[in-house]
Amino acid sequence: MLESILLTIATASTPLLIAAIGELVVERSGVLNLGVEGMMLMGAVIGFGVALTTGNPWLGVLAGIVAGAAFSMLFAFLALTLATNQVATGLALTLLGVGASGMIGEAFVGQPGVKLTPIYIPGLTDMPFGRLFFGQDPMFYISLLLVAGVSWFLFRTRAGLTLRSVGDSHTSAHALGIKVIRIRYAAVAFGGACAGLAGAQMSLVYTSQWIENMTAGRGWIALALVVFASWRPTRVLLGAYLFGAITIAQLHVQALSPNDIAVGAGPLWFLSEAGRWLLSVLKSVPAQFLSALPYLATVVVLVLISRNRRLTLINTPACLGRPFVPDR
Amino acid sequence: MRKLIIALAASAAAIIASGGAFAADKAKACFIYVGPIGDFGWSYQHHQGALEMQKNLGGEEKVEIAYLESVPEGADAERAIERFARSGCNIIFTTSFGYMDATNAVAGKFPDVKFEHATGFKRDTPNVSTYNSKFHEGRYVQGVIAAKMSKAGVAGYIASFPIPEVVMGINSFVLGAQSVNPDFKVKVVWANTWFDPGKEADAAKALLDQGVDIITQHTDSTAPMQVAHERGVKAFGQASDMIKFGPETQLTSIVDNWGPYYTERVKAVMDGSWKQVDVWGGMKEGHVVMAPYTNMPDDVKKAAEETQAKIVAGFNPFTGPIKKQDGSEWLAAGATAPDGELLGLNFYVQGVDDQLPKQ
Amino acid sequence: MRLELAKRPQHSKLFSALSPFIAFVLTVIAGAILFALLGKSPGAALYAYFIAPLTDLWSLHELAIKAAPLILIAVGLAVCYLSNNWNIGAEGQFVMGAVVGAMLPILYPGLQQSPLALPVMLVMGALGGAAYAAIPAFLKARFNTNEILTSLMLVYVAQLFLDWLVRGPWRDPAAMNFPQAPRFTGYAVLPELLPSAGRANIGILFALIAAVLVWILLARTRKGFEIRVIGMSPRAGRFAGFSTRGAIFFSFLLSGALAGLAGISEVSGAIGRLQPSISPGYGFAAIIVAFLGRLNPLGIVAAGFVLALTYLGGEVAQIEVGVSDKVVRAFQGLLLFFVLACDTLIHYRIRFVPSERLAAVLPEAKSDA
Repeated sequence: MLESILLTIATASTPLLIAAIGELVVERSGVLNLGVEGMMLMGAVIGFGVALTTGNPWLGVLAGIVAGAAFSMLFAFLALTLATNQVATGLALTLLGVGASGMIGEAFVGQPGVKLTPIYIPGLTDMPFGRLFFGQDPMFYISLLLVAGVSWFLFRTRAGLTLRSVGDSHTSAHALGIKVIRIRYAAVAFGGACAGLAGAQMSLVYTSQWIENMTAGRGWIALALVVFASWRPTRVLLGAYLFGAITIAQLHVQALSPNDIAVGAGPLWFLSEAGRWLLSVLKSVPAQFLSALPYLATVVVLVLISRNRRLTLINTPACLGRPFVPDR
Repeated sequence: MRKLIIALAASAAAIIASGGAFAADKAKACFIYVGPIGDFGWSYQHHQGALEMQKNLGGEEKVEIAYLESVPEGADAERAIERFARSGCNIIFTTSFGYMDATNAVAGKFPDVKFEHATGFKRDTPNVSTYNSKFHEGRYVQGVIAAKMSKAGVAGYIASFPIPEVVMGINSFVLGAQSVNPDFKVKVVWANTWFDPGKEADAAKALLDQGVDIITQHTDSTAPMQVAHERGVKAFGQASDMIKFGPETQLTSIVDNWGPYYTERVKAVMDGSWKQVDVWGGMKEGHVVMAPYTNMPDDVKKAAEETQAKIVAGFNPFTGPIKKQDGSEWLAAGATAPDGELLGLNFYVQGVDDQLPKQ
Repeated sequence: MRLELAKRPQHSKLFSALSPFIAFVLTVIAGAILFALLGKSPGAALYAYFIAPLTDLWSLHELAIKAAPLILIAVGLAVCYLSNNWNIGAEGQFVMGAVVGAMLPILYPGLQQSPLALPVMLVMGALGGAAYAAIPAFLKARFNTNEILTSLMLVYVAQLFLDWLVRGPWRDPAAMNFPQAPRFTGYAVLPELLPSAGRANIGILFALIAAVLVWILLARTRKGFEIRVIGMSPRAGRFAGFSTRGAIFFSFLLSGALAGLAGISEVSGAIGRLQPSISPGYGFAAIIVAFLGRLNPLGIVAAGFVLALTYLGGEVAQIEVGVSDKVVRAFQGLLLFFVLACDTLIHYRIRFVPSERLAAVLPEAKSDA
């Protein structure tokens, strides 16, 4: 049962993680793209459609990535080439994504999709907790590789340093001969590709179907996670799983009844009693308060992090959201 | 010539003055949906009903239909309804509870247009009807099937919001199950959404992890059905026939079948016999339809069909003796719950393994 | 070939005036192509979108109802954004304004018979919104916490709080256990402007008055100057002796109060009661309005009406032309893109630069650039 719960948490956290890690790179380059929800929906619908028509989920994943990246270029052209306000442009991108994905997806409604199946390694997968490590769907492993890859890229490579310097001070970077706009284009495309991949995870792994607006606000949560993580990849991982775990735990609390709790017998009877007491407390709290918990927790964590001014300054891209136009 | 012009003007004025009455015998029926018609759930089924009505009444030649999707239940609703009333609709169906005030406000201004509000109870003027379906009758049948199919004796119920409609469904399901197995239990998870495929899937997984071996839902997406399929357990569909999403999983599904009602009401407008009603139709009227009974042994299928026949013949699932969750008596043996009490239901019957969210 | 921007020495008056029209023409062309591809008559669709909603007096009333909260919120946001405070939580402040303002009619229904009810409710609504906005302001001023995130997170919290209220303690006992609060009556209802022609209420007057006052504040007062300076360069502001923290609180409280006022006006006017959802995203749409109006209160009034028009026109297009709701939303997105893109022309000149490979072949092209 524990393994199964952990698997549920992993599936629920993965789209948040993938979308957030992409947006993290975008924001590290100094660009704020609020269009994550729209890009995820485009990835979800195109990924679903291609998988359905070709019968190959991997082509669907690929199409989702390409769709997200291509869609993000609309944002990039406006916000980077034309230096429009990034907040407004990102919101417009989401509006367009919601509408366009609905238009494209009209034919797919009510069609069971193709599912990306979990991997299976004989022997390893069958071990206790083997499914957790060796038996999940490929997206889970991709998401972890992405975190490791982005972490390595940002802090261990020259290109990563360049990207961060663009985010910290585009004028100095430009003075050093770095092509600010070009790097930001690449970052936005990567963010779009990740959002598209996250969307494809939703329509090919999490649930294999297309329904309008199926991301149901996960793009916004991904945006929040980036700041929650104070722009550190490993903390995005932590944040996404924390969020996933709270969501799933809340469902379990609801399904659990006091009679199900029997953790300790004999001298440990008090454990069961304590569990039952805790459960009754949790159950008497209105559901809306439990649902609000992750958001309040984010605010609290954010306050704790930002109290340490030095740490915040190191990680916050100083040019976040500011358009850059080279002087000539 | 001049006379002709005057005559034309007069007839034009007469047409304008006649307002809602329609020229020739073509009717315009208009629909307001709360979600996208692509939700494959509530709004989708209403739209299917609209299309079926159009086909039944002679196609586009005879009935024109128009609709607005995803209309928010705030200030926008009144505008959308009034826009329809002004655009020559003869009858307007508003298909969500949240449109109640707006429907009645517009109806007061357009006495010649007929209004039909789904799931509400307010009928301020004679041109407003309300309609709803007894979906809980289907849930009673599902309860019977669940109790016969489940080995664990516990079913998982994914619920949306604690409103009477949903509470009624849970109770009816439990009563159906207990008619077979008095010890049958139901675990409830409130998703607090009508529509979030991811969260609905998570809820299904949580329930299965806690030992239920049958899943039923009162949320809109097909995600719980797919989860049940992956885990190799059986499940019930919701709103539409979801057999495509679980060919080896779906036992049956409660299909919201609005077509017959829409046909009847638009036809009444066309032949001038429309009258205010408050309809709560069920299996007998064909408003609640069960998808084919599949993936179950013949004896279970037979029990399901018998239960269905019993309900069609007039059996009320809420027939005593029934105890409330705390053990106190609700309905004495043989007594049935009045419709008014059911429509405002806010407590559980005995056997629901959940605490109703505080109201 | 690629595009490059060059900053104009001062912003172009010509393009300030022209850019909305260029954007409109581009949108019309793109829209015509989109509708033609979908097999709909472009003429009819565009007429439905932009003209039809303006042909009825009734419809103009509806336009005012839709535009009022957008303008009221966006005007406040403009002050925030000009001072470099990124409040994107107006939706939550809207909700809290509605909740706090509604306390009077819900907790003391008898007071609805007093003519003072409405003014008190409006003030409470504004205070509620301001108090809710004070949270991200305080966190930013005291702990340097990123306000984009805190204000956004508090939106979800406010919505859930409202949801709990109307399903729980504030539920109307007469509503058959459905989630809604009792209807406002008597003096608690926002009066309508011209009840004979439509249901527009005095909310639109609040919006217009707020726009004019904030315009005066920004253009004519020392406080307005302070806000602009701090927004453009916090360092310059500090040298001039302006308080950055003061600006944070001032702008957040002002925008929160206006969003709260919009919230209580909406529930006491167009909706008439508290219910689980009272806003179709006004707080977020107002962000777009603020930028479409170029953060100028008077521009925001125009932008608010234009965005409201696209909502109304979208409905007409769905009914009359049969385009779907998704097309309507995609079209709205396109319109915003064009308006944003064209506004670039005000501050920048656009040049086409040959690609670098080409430039290498043609060295003289590079020296021109």
